[in-house]
Amino acid sequence: MAEGKPLEEFGEEIAQCVRCGACQAHCPVYLETGREGSVARGKIVLAAAVLAGEAELDERLREEIGLCLLCGSCVVKCPNKVPIDAIVAALRRRIADTHGLTSLAKGVAALTGSKPLLGTLVKGADLLAPLLFRKIPATSGLRLRFGPAALKDRSLPPLPDRDLFARVPEFLQGDPSQPTVGIFAGCALTYLYPQVGEILARLPHRLGCSVHLPRSQGCCGMPALSSGNGPLVASLAKANIGAFAGRDLDCILTACASCRGMLTGYAAETGQAPAAELVDIHVFLQRQGLVEQLAALPKWPHRFRVAYHDPCHLRTAGITREPRALLGALPQADFVEMEDAGLCCGLGGTFTAAHPDLSRAIGDRKLAGLRASGATVVASGCPGCILQLQDIVDRAGLAIKAVHTLELIQQALTESPA
Amino acid sequence: MLAEHILQRLTEIVGPEHLATGTVDRITYSFDATQRQCLPDAVVHPGNTEEISRIVQLANEQRIPILPRGAGSGFTGGSLPICGGIVLVLTRMNRILEIDTDNLIAVVEPGVVTGRLQKEVERLGLFYPPDPASKDFSTLGGNIAECAGGPRCVKYGVTRDYVLGLTVVTPTGSVIRTGGRTMKNVVGYDLTRLFVGSEGTLGIVTQIILRLLPKPEARKTMLVAFATIDGAAQAVSAIIRGKIIPTTLEFMDGSAIDCVRRAAGLDLPLECRAVLIVEVDGDRALLADQARKVLDIIQPLGVLETRTAETAEESEAIWKVRRSVSPSLRALNPHKFNEDIVVPRSQVPAMIRALEALSTEYGVPIVNFGHAGDGNIHVNVMVDLHQPGMEDTVRRVLDDIFRITVELGGSVSGEHGIGTAKAPYIAMELDTPTLDAMRAVKRALDPNNIMNPGKIFPETVTANSPATSLPPAPAPDHG
Repeated sequence: MAEGKPLEEFGEEIAQCVRCGACQAHCPVYLETGREGSVARGKIVLAAAVLAGEAELDERLREEIGLCLLCGSCVVKCPNKVPIDAIVAALRRRIADTHGLTSLAKGVAALTGSKPLLGTLVKGADLLAPLLFRKIPATSGLRLRFGPAALKDRSLPPLPDRDLFARVPEFLQGDPSQPTVGIFAGCALTYLYPQVGEILARLPHRLGCSVHLPRSQGCCGMPALSSGNGPLVASLAKANIGAFAGRDLDCILTACASCRGMLTGYAAETGQAPAAELVDIHVFLQRQGLVEQLAALPKWPHRFRVAYHDPCHLRTAGITREPRALLGALPQADFVEMEDAGLCCGLGGTFTAAHPDLSRAIGDRKLAGLRASGATVVASGCPGCILQLQDIVDRAGLAIKAVHTLELIQQALTESPA
Repeated sequence: MLAEHILQRLTEIVGPEHLATGTVDRITYSFDATQRQCLPDAVVHPGNTEEISRIVQLANEQRIPILPRGAGSGFTGGSLPICGGIVLVLTRMNRILEIDTDNLIAVVEPGVVTGRLQKEVERLGLFYPPDPASKDFSTLGGNIAECAGGPRCVKYGVTRDYVLGLTVVTPTGSVIRTGGRTMKNVVGYDLTRLFVGSEGTLGIVTQIILRLLPKPEARKTMLVAFATIDGAAQAVSAIIRGKIIPTTLEFMDGSAIDCVRRAAGLDLPLECRAVLIVEVDGDRALLADQARKVLDIIQPLGVLETRTAETAEESEAIWKVRRSVSPSLRALNPHKFNEDIVVPRSQVPAMIRALEALSTEYGVPIVNFGHAGDGNIHVNVMVDLHQPGMEDTVRRVLDDIFRITVELGGSVSGEHGIGTAKAPYIAMELDTPTLDAMRAVKRALDPNNIMNPGKIFPETVTANSPATSLPPAPAPDHG
């Protein structure tokens, strides 16, 4: 399996950038720093300079190339659709090749790369907050995302006793006339929010689907991609593609926007794609008629107000209407569109570990919209965003709870008005 | 490279974190939206007027070029450090200092992004009309330096019509204040207007007082399809002659329509060879009447079809057609030369005919669209520079375009400025005494020629500038 397209082969894409500056309006990092090196255009000019031998991969260049959330916002808005996220990933691989992995990247490799995620508990993890992570296997990318610096004063959910694989069997038989789906849970929904992972697996079953939750699935590889570790991306992709192979699936469902983004990128990064279509859970539930089903439920007399935050990796994939349609149909809540719903939360995979202050400054841009919305609950479609959102509102002292859309759907389907 | 003692003094003024002289920082401030690159010697991010004044004094004393820079999104090289020197990046100075709802003015720093100010004032029911296509990222300081325009300028005018007063650091480091907070002011020369559009060659704007308007209650968008480009061009003149000033009056010619049709699909009759997008705004009650008046005037001119948007989504769908032109051009040819000529509105039909003739004569596609309502046409000469002799052909086509523009009473640039890109053509439009008057102003304010040297006046463009030319790729919408 290929280990990612080298920088040299991006010459044509780099030449497509006309330096118009449109990326400045959409780059969460640039909006904070106001510096050209932070934004796509500046990084492309640097990539061109590296290829031309005019710039070295010195410390300053590595710093600028590190300042990217890989959110893809600039790519979507670029008039020429220059794939800057892929170019940054290629630059980071080149940096890793020539300078070796950073300590953070080595951590990613040690944790996400040793073997596919298994239920094995690894005690005494030496790298990161041992108490918090005692229950998370050393193979999880979560450990890197929330290293000691990022964890300082951060709001974190209480760590659940049982992970997703202890809660849901590998196969749930459904109605043979209904689709057979695979579940790619990802680290966060397996270990940090297994209750959401459980809804992701059980809700399609409730709708009649047969559900596969392969045990050999592992980290999606986003932290490895982000840290320039091409070989690790390749081996994780291979393991995950293998986990879903031979199961005759109609589609593979995800409820983590970043995992979905990463898995859909396997083909471009490694030349191989998972065996079935990757479908975000919101899109799937809408296809299955859940919007109508929710809308038909009697409205609760006392409803709370819910806003929605667009995860970058759903927004840039064009998935914005489906989550809103589901939230709008909830019987227990009134959906309200909040201003700047599409602004990045600032978490960005390992970005928050490498740049905790900048990550928070980016996240705090959500506050005005959250406050003005009057919502008491903010829903999203990515566990990373949910974790970051809760931290943002907690630090600001707002009485808002961040949840996954799936938790509200589950509530609507299983609870009655108090 | 700058001498150590100069770097020492710069560090004292702005602090080490706001001064950079390494290769990476110099590369990331070596370009703008033209396809050229020139390395500066240093990049400085000043935080206030006082710091800028001290930096400029130092630069003037040491004869170091100073390049003010906002978003670096200009199309004519205005922020390119073609003589090296210090790039002064103004993005840190991005505060909206005041929105005065009693006097309808806003006071801002130059690094404020135009779209952000618009959003903030519109929350208060106010309106800042200039809307360059870059408004979501270009800065007000940059808009003032270039006197930016945009589609709404048909009705509302350009940036200069909204600038009431400026704080400027002159090329010798003095801090001067022009204009003020009043609607009327005839005290002394109108230096405000002198600085607007001066492309950073006369000083650095550090604070801006802007005039605001009440926000129009509603707007209505119409798309009109024509059988001929001539019909559409006539329609533009007819609307203006009919004493209606729409908010925007945008047009696309047949080749622009073909590009969109190929790229994105277009739900328009095949015989459609030109499109006008007309928008009117104002009190909701009056809009339907205004829209009908426009349609009545143009109906006899070969109209195939009209669509009037009833909802915001329908309006957005119409504008999407216009916005998809630029990205779709790349299918024609890899290299694009975009010029923003402007002619008197009555000459739009003649100019369009001349452009069609040039396209045929030289055998190169020329795609035209833009702000027909104010005579500002974005002319896109689409070529493949790899073809032998094409560079020369392009030069001749552009020469002809500018010559005809001036003959028709027009200007070689409506809203992008001269910079380095159009400096060779400035003498086509301005006679020697006029150019001399401009040079005299420049010399008086900038005796040592340190402020954005090498721009506007062709003779100051250094022949062997360190600029490296990149092949132009298709650029986005310049409107």
